[in-house]
Amino acid sequence: METTWTETASSSFRQGVQAGATIAIGYMPIALTFGLLAKTTGLTLVETIMMSAIVYAGAAQYIALNLLAVGTGALEIVMTTFILNIRHFLMSASLNEKAEPDALWKKALYAFGITDETFSVAAMKEGTVNASYMFGLGLMAYGSWVVNSAIGYIVGANLPKSLQESMSVALYAMFIGLLVPALKKQRKTVLLAGMAAIINSICTIFLHISKGWAVVIATLAAAIIMQWFAKESEAEQDE
Amino acid sequence: MNSTIIWMIIGMGLVTYIPRMLPLVVFQRVKLPAFWQGVLKNVPYATLGALIIPGIFFINDDVWFGILGLISAFVAAWLGANVIIVVLVSVIVLSVYALFV
Repeated sequence: METTWTETASSSFRQGVQAGATIAIGYMPIALTFGLLAKTTGLTLVETIMMSAIVYAGAAQYIALNLLAVGTGALEIVMTTFILNIRHFLMSASLNEKAEPDALWKKALYAFGITDETFSVAAMKEGTVNASYMFGLGLMAYGSWVVNSAIGYIVGANLPKSLQESMSVALYAMFIGLLVPALKKQRKTVLLAGMAAIINSICTIFLHISKGWAVVIATLAAAIIMQWFAKESEAEQDE
Repeated sequence: MNSTIIWMIIGMGLVTYIPRMLPLVVFQRVKLPAFWQGVLKNVPYATLGALIIPGIFFINDDVWFGILGLISAFVAAWLGANVIIVVLVSVIVLSVYALFV
């Protein structure tokens, strides 16, 4: 029995590693760019590695750099990170539905590895997922993220100054690159992003609210208003 | 090493880890009300909208840096380019623009 269990666990782990290889390759350019941008934002190599190793959330890390660059306070950056990453709560809840019962410490450990990408791969997998599979999947993605962040930082150190200056648009370009495919798919996304952009502009330019809180206010306001209208139109359709 | 940044990283790590961990460990079958599930699903798109505008227009004293960066990134992304290509395209466009101003 003991042998059978070990073989099952190691085969699940290997399956996870294989599924994670695709994510590891996909993370490479994003992590390299993160390392590069962390350098241009003024973080040290140790801070950059710590951020990738402890936070391990691409968009939040990019946003943290973006906010640090404009002098936003640490508390606001943590709040913005929380608002942005609370979506993992739903992914974790959804994953919980197809997760095999495992020791709670194992679930607590692999929960750290939940990202948009690892969640998508795990959620699309046929059947259930167990801790061994999630460890294999998570280690590949996490390893790629942390190692490539460090490489990006070190390589970025040698970039010419003029290129580093034009890199100031890079974070914004990345957000646009993330947003546009969603805009193409759903009209609702255009309204959400547009509303938040307008509210954020009013908050920062006219009301002089600090950038961090303006983002929180604009995001929540747009998300709630949109959901309220979605609910209204559903109610109308029901009548 | 800046200690404020270290504490910020630890804080970011905690607020990122807790939502990842809670449902898997604490809540077994509890679900949020549908309205708030919808709100939270809307948040990433709204956040991106707010992070791009108006910030991109202030990356340089010359507002055309922001406008050209926005347009080039948008066009590249619309044509289906991967995020890293979108970033490279806008950086290259601004590097070229910088040569002429």
